[in-house]
Amino acid sequence: MFIKQISIFVENKPGRLSAVTKLLGENDIDIRALSVADTKDFGILRIIVNKPDKACEVLKKDDCTVSLTNVIAIGINDKPGGLASAMECLYAANISVEYMYAFISKSDSLAAVILRVDNNDKAAEALKENGFKILTSQEVYDI
Amino acid sequence: MFFQKDIETMSRSEIERIQLERLKKMVKYCMDNIPFYNKRLTEAGVTDDKIKCLDDIKYIPYTTKADIRDNYPFGLFGQPMKNIVRIHASSGTTGKPTVVGYTQKDLDMWSDCMARLVVAAGASSDDIVQIAFGYGLFTGALGLHYGLEKIGATVVPTSSGNTEKQIMLMQDFQTTALVSTPSYAQYIGEMAREMGVLDKLNLKLGLFGSEGCTEEMRAQIEKTLGLFATDNYGMSELMGPGVSGECRERAGLHINEDHFIAEIIDPETGEVLPKGETGELVITTLSKESMPMLRYRTKDITRINYEPCECGRTFARMDKTKGRTDDMLKIRGVNVFPSQVESVLMAFDEIAPHYQLVVTRKDFADRLEVKVELADDGLLENFANLEDLQKRIHHNLKTVLGIDTKVSLVEHKSLERFQGKAKRIIDLRNEK
Repeated sequence: MFIKQISIFVENKPGRLSAVTKLLGENDIDIRALSVADTKDFGILRIIVNKPDKACEVLKKDDCTVSLTNVIAIGINDKPGGLASAMECLYAANISVEYMYAFISKSDSLAAVILRVDNNDKAAEALKENGFKILTSQEVYDI
Repeated sequence: MFFQKDIETMSRSEIERIQLERLKKMVKYCMDNIPFYNKRLTEAGVTDDKIKCLDDIKYIPYTTKADIRDNYPFGLFGQPMKNIVRIHASSGTTGKPTVVGYTQKDLDMWSDCMARLVVAAGASSDDIVQIAFGYGLFTGALGLHYGLEKIGATVVPTSSGNTEKQIMLMQDFQTTALVSTPSYAQYIGEMAREMGVLDKLNLKLGLFGSEGCTEEMRAQIEKTLGLFATDNYGMSELMGPGVSGECRERAGLHINEDHFIAEIIDPETGEVLPKGETGELVITTLSKESMPMLRYRTKDITRINYEPCECGRTFARMDKTKGRTDDMLKIRGVNVFPSQVESVLMAFDEIAPHYQLVVTRKDFADRLEVKVELADDGLLENFANLEDLQKRIHHNLKTVLGIDTKVSLVEHKSLERFQGKAKRIIDLRNEK
């Protein structure tokens, strides 16, 4: 039900993102979604990939500081108010969102949102009860 | 255990009697054999007759590194080249290296001094010792080498570098003791962990030297490699390693006082400080004949304790050096020793035990940037965790140093690792 997200510590200096993404490309790893949060000096690159364990392994081998976390991916209707209803559902269930990012699928009118919340199980339950579609790893990779 | 128990446990009055006798002889020897000292001592009006008690050493002028450089290469030798059996040199950071020579008698004395220190540290003929100091002109490797052979230990002269092979031999030979700089020991530990062989090592004793190491850093090394780490001290100008070293009590480094007189002076004024105060270490060699040093200014900051030690040795103990006056950074008028920064950083498990200090000047104000490697991947979950870590390090540095620093988290393994002496300071203040 949950999907694996990779977080990578990157310094803010020229060439770092290029080096990390190149390394993934060379190992035939496809990035499905990503987000970068940064301060003046460093950032955290978060990615969803088709082969998370392998990605983690090659990054660690390359001396990157990396962690794997379970996150939730939900499919929402790609129309005004779609995201709002999901947020409202989490708010009602007293769940806080630490961060999130979204990507749009190529095919239908579904948008996928990656959610990092303080309680995965509770969040998944609340979302399901309210009719949101929780995407499996396979579904995310197939988008 | 002792190597020369009768000497190492002499009474204070006996030590002082020998020191005075040898000092007088040394002053005469220098007068008679080395033109540089003849001129210096004559100008200062010092003869061996004028030395009536140990305190009279104060009449002898200081010798500095500049004096050695000015007499490059053999100008300070007290013996003709036919009696010199070995030359060593220390890496000169600017220009010519500092050259030192040894007669056979000097080498014998050096081996004795070294043998005493390694036995005090816990080494014995049962040990298999890997010497991971760079062999060559550097005095460290051969100094330990001769001392360890003298006590009958099995010496494995791997030299520094080629770390994977170093670790392979360590496993295959079941090496029990490691000689290296503390920073190289740390690197070996990191590498062995990555190779997954830490539990296959049989290290019990670390004989570390050639650079300073804080207690905190030492604790880290001991934890990783599972050994008992000891510190020894010396410098090529004085002989090499073997001037002083720790016993199992690790309550200071015992100075081989029958061969060296140690004084503590105020580095600014050159005034001798009362016993027990902290200042610059000044050493006079009492036995070296090839290249004696009268009151050599080491630039190392320390303190000397004359109380007898629990281990039974009576030789005075110097504290682990706080740093060199050369390494001391003056940041906006405040004295900062890299060792102070190190002791703060080692308390944080979230970062790797590697750091770099970068000093820059902007708008006439000095800035100290402390770069540390993030090690704890658990902190990546939340941005606030990383910022909080930066803040805590900044706060602790400020408490200890009294100045603001910029703490930068950098990527794992992005800072340089060292196989010899670590170079952790980058001072860009005088660069355009």
